[in-house]
Amino acid sequence: MIPELGQFALILGMLLAGLQAFFGIVGPALQRDRWMAAVTPAVSGQFVMVATSMGCLVASFVANDFSVAYVAENSNSSLPLFYRVAAVWGSHSGSLILWIFLLACWTLAAAVGTQRLPKAFAARVLGVLGLISFGFLLYTLATSNPFLRLDPPWPDGESLNPILQDPGLAGHPPVLYTGYVGLAVAFAFAGAAMLEGRLDKDWARWTRPWTTAAWAFLSCGIALGSWWAYYTLGWGGFWFWDPVENASFMPWLMATALIHSLAVTEKRGLFKSWTLLLAVLAFSLSLVGTFLVRSGVLVSVHSFAASPTRGTFILAFLIVMIGSALALYAWRAPLLKSDAGFELTARESFLLFNNILLVTACATVFAGTMAPLISSALNLGKLSVGPPYFNPTFLLSMLPLLALLPIGIHARWKRGNLSERTRPLILTVIAAAVIGCAIVFGLFTGGRVLSPVGVALGVWIILSSLIDPLDRLRRHITIPRAVLGMTLAHIGLGMFVISITSVEAFTAERDVALAQGETAQLGAYDFRFEGVQPVEGPNYSGVGGTVIVTRNGAPVGVMHPEKREYWVQHTVTTASSIKMYRTSNVLVALGQDLGDGRWSLRLQVRPLVSFIWLAAFIMAAGGMLGISDRRYRLQRAEAPAIAPVAAITRSEPG
Amino acid sequence: MPLRTASLFMAAIMAALLLGTSVAYAIAPEQMPTPQLETRYLALIQGFRCMQCQDESLADSPVNLAADMRRQIRDMLLAGKTDQQIRDFMVSRYGYFILFKPPFVLKTAWLWLTPGVLLLVGVLVALRVIRQRAALAATDLEDNDLTDA
Repeated sequence: MIPELGQFALILGMLLAGLQAFFGIVGPALQRDRWMAAVTPAVSGQFVMVATSMGCLVASFVANDFSVAYVAENSNSSLPLFYRVAAVWGSHSGSLILWIFLLACWTLAAAVGTQRLPKAFAARVLGVLGLISFGFLLYTLATSNPFLRLDPPWPDGESLNPILQDPGLAGHPPVLYTGYVGLAVAFAFAGAAMLEGRLDKDWARWTRPWTTAAWAFLSCGIALGSWWAYYTLGWGGFWFWDPVENASFMPWLMATALIHSLAVTEKRGLFKSWTLLLAVLAFSLSLVGTFLVRSGVLVSVHSFAASPTRGTFILAFLIVMIGSALALYAWRAPLLKSDAGFELTARESFLLFNNILLVTACATVFAGTMAPLISSALNLGKLSVGPPYFNPTFLLSMLPLLALLPIGIHARWKRGNLSERTRPLILTVIAAAVIGCAIVFGLFTGGRVLSPVGVALGVWIILSSLIDPLDRLRRHITIPRAVLGMTLAHIGLGMFVISITSVEAFTAERDVALAQGETAQLGAYDFRFEGVQPVEGPNYSGVGGTVIVTRNGAPVGVMHPEKREYWVQHTVTTASSIKMYRTSNVLVALGQDLGDGRWSLRLQVRPLVSFIWLAAFIMAAGGMLGISDRRYRLQRAEAPAIAPVAAITRSEPG
Repeated sequence: MPLRTASLFMAAIMAALLLGTSVAYAIAPEQMPTPQLETRYLALIQGFRCMQCQDESLADSPVNLAADMRRQIRDMLLAGKTDQQIRDFMVSRYGYFILFKPPFVLKTAWLWLTPGVLLLVGVLVALRVIRQRAALAATDLEDNDLTDA
C-alpha cells in the first residue's frame, strides 16, 4: 500500500511540476496575472507530493518491505536502522528521488525568498525550476521507478554495499546533492533573466546568496566524500581524480567562478552575459555529473548500451535542458551591453583572471575526465588518465590563481590604486616566504621543488586576507558580514593549500609484514603489532588487530585496524584505524594474513591531512557568513518599490 | 628489510586469489632488497593501472592479475632493467591503457596541449577585454565610491 501511495504521489508531483513550469513560464509571457498567481500553490503542492513520495520510500526501507524491488536490492533485515534510511540513496533510483526531493526543498525556499521580487520574475524563476523537476520526475517514473514490486517478494534483501555502510557516506550524498541541486536555483535565476531579456545589478544581488549557498553545500559534500574515501577505502588516499570525484569537482570550480563573476555584475554591472553563461554551465555540469555518475557512462561507454532507455533519455534530457538554455543565451546575450570601464589593476581585472583561470582549470579536468571516452570514440586507442596528468595540468592554472588572490583582494573597483597597499603586500609576501621555507626546511626536511612555493602561497593568502579586517578593527570600523565571509573563505583556501602541499610532500608510508610482538619503524614513529582478535558487528564479523604506536618513545596511542567480512555479500572491507597526533594523522590498515601469525599492515603518517577537510568546511562557513550580510535582506525588501535603478550602497571607502 | 622468500610471495598471491571479489586494497609488504629499488618499485606500480578494476593502481589492486604483474615488474627490476625499459615492456604488452600518465604521442597530444592552449586563449581574451575597458575608464571620469565584496 505504502509503495503505491509513493508512486501515486510521484505522479501527482510530476503533474504539479508541469503546471508550475507552464504557469511560471507562459504566464509572464502572456501577462496573465492569475496564471502567475497559480505558480506558488503549484510549488507547495509539488513539495507535499514529492515529500510524501520520499517518505513512502523511507518507510518501505524502514519496514523491510522486500516486495519492493529497489528495497530488496539495496537493504537487508540485518542492516541497522540508520543505514536502512541511508540505503534509500544507495543506488540509482533512490538517489534520483533524493535529488527531486532536494529540488522541491530548494524550490520551496526560492518561492519564499522571491516573494518580494517582481511578480513576473519570481514566476519565471519558479517556472524554470518546475521544468527541471518535471524532467527529473518523468525520467524517474519512466526508467527508474523505485516503487516497482516483486512477485513473489524476496524473503530477505541483498543489503547495501558494505563500503557504503558508514556515517561519512550516509551523509555525503545528501549534502553533495543539496549543492548540485542548489545550482539549479542559480540556473533558474539566469533562465528568468534571459526569458525577461533584462539583467541588472539587482538581479546579481538576488542571485548571489543562492549561488553561494549551493557552493557552500557543494564544498561540504565534496569534503565529506573525500574524508570518507580516506578512512574507509584503506589506502589512505583522499583524492584520486576519479571520474566520480571529478564530476563533483567541475561544478564546484564553475560555481566558484560564478560567485566571483556575480560580484562584478552586482558592483559594476559588468560581465553580464559571462555571468549568465557561467550559471548555465555550472548547472549543466552538475546535471552531467548526477546523470553520468549514476548511469556509469564515465566508467565505460558500454553501460549506456546496457540500459538503452536510460541512456537515450539522459541524452535527450541533457540536450533539451542545456541546449535550450544555450539557445536562449545566444539570442539574449548580445542585448546585454555595458559601457562601464575599469583600469588594468582594478579589482575587475583580477576577478576576470580569476574566472579565466577557474574555467580553464575546469576545462582541463573535463578534458582529462572525458579523454578515455573521446579517445575510444575516435578510435585513437584506449587511454587511462590519472593523477600524473591532472596534478601538473591543474596546477598550471591554479598557481597563478593563488598568486593573484592576495593582490586582487586589495585592488579597488574601477580605479587601479594598488600603490596604497604596496607596503603591507610586500611585508606579507616576505613573511610568507620566510614562514614557508621555515616549515618546509625547518619543521620537515626538504620536500619537492613546489613545496616551499605551495606553503608560502597558502601563508601569503592568509596574511594578506587579514590585512584589511585587522586595519578596520584597529580603526574601529565595522566590518560587513560579506567582507568577513569572504575573508574567512579565503583563509580557508590558504589553509587548504598549506595542508595539501604538506600532505603531498611529507607523507610517509610503508607496507610491512609483522608477527605478534614485532615492531616496524616509520620516521620517528614505532608501530608494535600485538596480534589479532575476532570482532563481531551487527551484520559483519572479522578480525581486529592491535597496534601500539609510539613516537620517539612517547605513547601516541593504541590502534585497532579491522578487516570485516559482511555476511550478506561476503565482501571483505578494510576499516583502517586513524589517530590524530599533534597535527599529523597516523593510519594503520590491516592487510592479509600471511600465515605463521604474520599480517601485512599499511602504516602511514600524513601531516596536516585533517586540515584539508577542515579548510573546506571553513570555506563553506565563509560562504554562509557572507550570505547573512544585511545588504541581501534589506534591499530584497525594498526591491519591488524601486524600479531597477542601480542602487549602490555608499559607505566608507574600502 | 630482508628479502622476502618466494613462498611468502606465493602466499600473497594465494591471498589475492581468495580475495578476488573484495573491495579491500592490497597491502603488499616490501619485497625489494635495497631502499633505492623499493622506491623505484613503488613509483612504478603506482603509475600502472590494474587491468581489471576501475581506477586502481597496481599498487592498490587486490586482484590476482595485479599481483602477477607486480611480480613481473619486481623480477625485471631485480634483473637490472631501467624504469623506461619496464614501462616500454608494459606498454608493448597492454597498450597505453596501462599508464596512468598518458604518453605524449600524436594520438594523445591534444590532451596534453588542451590546458596550455586554453590558458593562452583565455589570457589573450582577458587582456583584450581589459584593454577595451581601460579605454572606457579613461574617458569616464566619474568616480563612484564602491564598497568591497
